[in-house]
Amino acid sequence: MGKLEGKVAFITGAARGQGRSHAVRLAQEGADIIALDLCSQLETVAYPMATPEDLAETARQVEALDRRIVTSQADVRDASAMQAALDAGVAELGRVDIVLANAGIAQQGGPEPDTYKTWDEVIGVNLTGVYNTVHVAAPRMIEQGDGGAIVLTSSTQGLTGRGGDGSGATSGYAAAKHGVVGLMRSFAHWLAPHNIRVNSVHPTGVSTPMVLNEVIGKWIGANPDAAAMLANLMPVEIIEAVDISNAIAFLVSDEGRYVTGVTLPVDAGFTVK
Amino acid sequence: MAGRMEGKVVFVTGAARGMGRSHAVRLAQEGADIIGMDICGPIPGGQAPVATADDLAETVAAVEALDRRMVTFTGSTTDEDALTAGLADGVAQLGRLDCAIANAGIGGVPNQVADMPAQDWRDVIETNLTGVFLTAKAAVPHIRAHGEGGSILLVSSALGLRGMQNVSAYAAAKHGVVGLMRSLAIELAPDRIRVNSIHPTNVATPLVLNENTFRLFRPDLEAPEEDDVREAFTGLNLLEVPWIEPIDISEAVLYLAADSGRYVTGSLHKVDAGWITK
Repeated sequence: MGKLEGKVAFITGAARGQGRSHAVRLAQEGADIIALDLCSQLETVAYPMATPEDLAETARQVEALDRRIVTSQADVRDASAMQAALDAGVAELGRVDIVLANAGIAQQGGPEPDTYKTWDEVIGVNLTGVYNTVHVAAPRMIEQGDGGAIVLTSSTQGLTGRGGDGSGATSGYAAAKHGVVGLMRSFAHWLAPHNIRVNSVHPTGVSTPMVLNEVIGKWIGANPDAAAMLANLMPVEIIEAVDISNAIAFLVSDEGRYVTGVTLPVDAGFTVK
Repeated sequence: MAGRMEGKVVFVTGAARGMGRSHAVRLAQEGADIIGMDICGPIPGGQAPVATADDLAETVAAVEALDRRMVTFTGSTTDEDALTAGLADGVAQLGRLDCAIANAGIGGVPNQVADMPAQDWRDVIETNLTGVFLTAKAAVPHIRAHGEGGSILLVSSALGLRGMQNVSAYAAAKHGVVGLMRSLAIELAPDRIRVNSIHPTNVATPLVLNENTFRLFRPDLEAPEEDDVREAFTGLNLLEVPWIEPIDISEAVLYLAADSGRYVTGSLHKVDAGWITK
């Protein structure tokens, strides 16, 4: 029997990359999935973002494991659209036990004609979006009275500002990801009386379309100093999405039943370097 | 289905009972063979009831009941020669070493700093910090030997992240473990040997659930019992629980020891029911 049998997980940014990996990993453990993704392009993001076909592929992989999945397209900055998506999922799957605020963008290396617009968009998606994600689901979890687990996807950039260059992209990304830690700690207090645990994960570079794309590749190539600064402590260039999914599977299952308020790095030693 | 630690050999100090026994059994359930060490006797500065050879034998029985092998030796983690010789013998018998868990520790004699005899301080530092250093030191060459990487886990405490009155030596040693962990993580990363610390809140083991610890929380009572301290212990944590179970730490150990943690190094892994966040 899987360790998440009977649970329902709400996952943002679920069309591909880490979000898809989490959906599949949790489904392997028996969870049903409420999957949300924007599935369209944002103006300040230069690399191609996820598509409706990507989200359908996540659904296919979850269903291949004989688990149920409800998908929605919505912007994490739009709280009422988020609420409608969550409600639709709960209407079909009956409940929500796990929340993974995973959706995020990385504009580093892209053109930045209006730095304030870049800043606004990354703060909107990577920080306000996390706030919205938890807020639309937590009341339902409290009402159920069965506890639960929330994992906010931060970053090594939520623990260090290494590589900062003053752009709206790098400063905004670091600020949003640090802000997620504050949200996590604050939410941990809010929800502890309801036995709902809240933790953050802090990946180093992960092999996903957000990182492995032409824009980021060119940026790293043109900034060898930044590239050296962004290297891991362990002799590994990039880690896999499943490594983050395994951390999350630990945190949201009974194995982590007394773990709350934790910033868990999965960073090949990046932050200890 | 193959266990997550199949073919691995794990060294556990303080293996006679409590968390050490729990780690040995949990990892054996996942297929690991175990080298277990315990002093099985009194420790200078120790306040908890003394672990015995029978306790260690019970750990062995639990591991063997899972059809795994376990080699034990008796000694102090502060005795480098005993540690080095015992571990070398265990590795010779079980073939290799993949993971070391520096778990052995003592509570120490509670006192305010102003009143603390220097020897009480030294006793705690000796076992809870120097013993951890010696354990890691003894394990490194064996894990390095096969070139496949590995995992070293240093058991710190929530008190490795905050202070508390009357237990300054304990808190200092457990904070020291973090510095050791971070430095060792840097030294061993090229060998893919990962090093992390674990920070439990109070755990239901003889080291915590004994009258000396209870008196710390209820100095007003002459012979406080478990029920007298439940509320005070609960008050430390963010989650509504006075103390957690050894298995909760063992699950964290397993996550970090197995492939699930293959890219986790240099991290402080809290299992603290939210104490530090509070």
